[in-house]
Amino acid sequence: MKSIAKTKTGISGLDDITEGGLPSGRPTLVCGGPGCGKTLLAMQFIVKGATLYNEPGVFIAFEEKVEELTYNVASLGFDLDKLIKNKKLRLDYVHIDRTEIEETGEYDLDGLFIRLEHAIDSIGAKRVVLDTIENLFAGLTNEGILRAELRRLFQWLKSKGVTAIVTGEKGDGTLTRHGLEEYVSDCVILLDHRIINQVSTRRIRIVKYRGSIHGTNEYPFLIDEEGITVFPVTSLKLDKDVSTKRISTGISALDKMFNGKGFYKSSSILVSGTSGTGKTSIAAHFADATCRRKEKCLFVALEESPKQIIRNMRSIGLDLDRHVKSGLLEFQSFRPGLHGLEMHLASLYKMVRKFKPQSVVVDPITNLVTVGLITEVNAMLLRLIDFMQSEGITLMLTALNSGSSEHIDENVSSLVDAWILVRDLESDGERNRAIYIMKSRGMQHSNEVREFLITSKGLDLVEVYRGPNGVLVGSARKAKMREGMAFAKKNQRKHFNKPAKKIPR
Amino acid sequence: MQKRINANILINLQKRFRDKYMPGEKKWELRLYVAGKTPKSVTALTNLKKYCETHLKGQYRIEVIDLLIQPQLAEGDQIFAIPTLVRKVPEPIRKIIGDLSNEEKVLVGLDIRPVKQK
Repeated sequence: MKSIAKTKTGISGLDDITEGGLPSGRPTLVCGGPGCGKTLLAMQFIVKGATLYNEPGVFIAFEEKVEELTYNVASLGFDLDKLIKNKKLRLDYVHIDRTEIEETGEYDLDGLFIRLEHAIDSIGAKRVVLDTIENLFAGLTNEGILRAELRRLFQWLKSKGVTAIVTGEKGDGTLTRHGLEEYVSDCVILLDHRIINQVSTRRIRIVKYRGSIHGTNEYPFLIDEEGITVFPVTSLKLDKDVSTKRISTGISALDKMFNGKGFYKSSSILVSGTSGTGKTSIAAHFADATCRRKEKCLFVALEESPKQIIRNMRSIGLDLDRHVKSGLLEFQSFRPGLHGLEMHLASLYKMVRKFKPQSVVVDPITNLVTVGLITEVNAMLLRLIDFMQSEGITLMLTALNSGSSEHIDENVSSLVDAWILVRDLESDGERNRAIYIMKSRGMQHSNEVREFLITSKGLDLVEVYRGPNGVLVGSARKAKMREGMAFAKKNQRKHFNKPAKKIPR
Repeated sequence: MQKRINANILINLQKRFRDKYMPGEKKWELRLYVAGKTPKSVTALTNLKKYCETHLKGQYRIEVIDLLIQPQLAEGDQIFAIPTLVRKVPEPIRKIIGDLSNEEKVLVGLDIRPVKQK
């Protein structure tokens, strides 16, 4: 059987979840509560139709005046005046005010039909929006006539062969306040704007789509300066291409621990540790290494501002500023509380698609827990990892593990390909850092615990001293090494004195 | 204050001018929007004429606009229902939709017979 003809909306993502767009030549109902983006979706459908697909459109507004509409969408870069001038768009405001109108006897809505037809014919419109026709119910008292006329209107729209969007306000327990879904039965899209934990999330769902398969989940969507973007993020197929290419971690001694070659390309790496163990420094080295290879890196900072990171990294001899200037490194910095999780994910997707980096750093993921529940965060991270892998991007996540957020480690660690743990070791009145690799899929990796040094020339790893009294780090290690050269192996001494990269394995 | 008086004088002058030199201009200007000669439109027009003859003899003018012929006029007066009666003069504009079968409603809607009501 032939599948039904579809009209692309031009709204990125929506055409994916509808498998090609809205049903051609039929009306589609878009419903949702106030402020959920119905009018915007409808307007984008018209504007994209006019600009991308050369399909002129008619927008009949029952709520907002033409000037208001034009003004409102101008911020999204839609120049309605120009489209109107070029006969690609026709806006008509239908003003209905009960106080001005007296009803007596029989009537019909031929006036509306005639206006609509005139508008459609005058520019050869293929797309029509009625936003929102339910205002008729507020203006007219005779519901019997109204319902009969609406039925006729939708029949008429079909006979005109235009692809229409009809918007409707969500009712109490019903899709629309006045039961428009009764008339528009081919495709119904529900928009939703929820506040969970004081954070707003917008979602879109296709309630029904007659004669077509479609995504049935709720998909998050974004309204920003480019209008609506829908993110079909739940394609969790495990059929991605894998790479055997290896890339440097940015720290040569750490590369050695990863079988001398570093991470797999497009793998995901988790760096976790307690606070102040140098997670961000490791991430910055990774970013630096990416940029040195003349590849792009996106650094998503959820804790510090870009300037802070650049300043702080300069203190360990890392000049990130030049990468920023050369356009290889891009910082995106925002507070986790700014959006909901879905929105974070969505905006990350968007940034990645725009910047097309080879590596992405998210520092730290733990802060996301402030926005959502741990299960939600895990689901989000799963999708993030999945997405990055499918895009062939190497992803480095850092996680702070202290007390309550340890769960994150455990759950995420099963998703990531490599897991580096940085720990505090406290002994003899000093605090030292130790680093080890918890896992690294698909490669031989070191099982050693190394002492992790943050110096003014960058990060370095030195071998810990394993003496008869256990592991010694910091000044204890130094002292031990100084006093008992006889105990220390020969090559260990080399390790200690020379910069790590010159050490033969 | 001065300005308002001036404006009033102007309006009065306008009225006098209109009464003297433009006798065709009526006190009541009514516009009936229809779409073809449907029974509803015909009923509406018949009803309207009847009321006007009874209550506004000599002071009214009815203009019938067929939107099938002039669809572009529907936007100007914000017409969406047919038939719609629009009172253009005297202002403010008022609208009555339907076949005008209820005389009282029409008269109230058009604000005709204000003397009696007061």
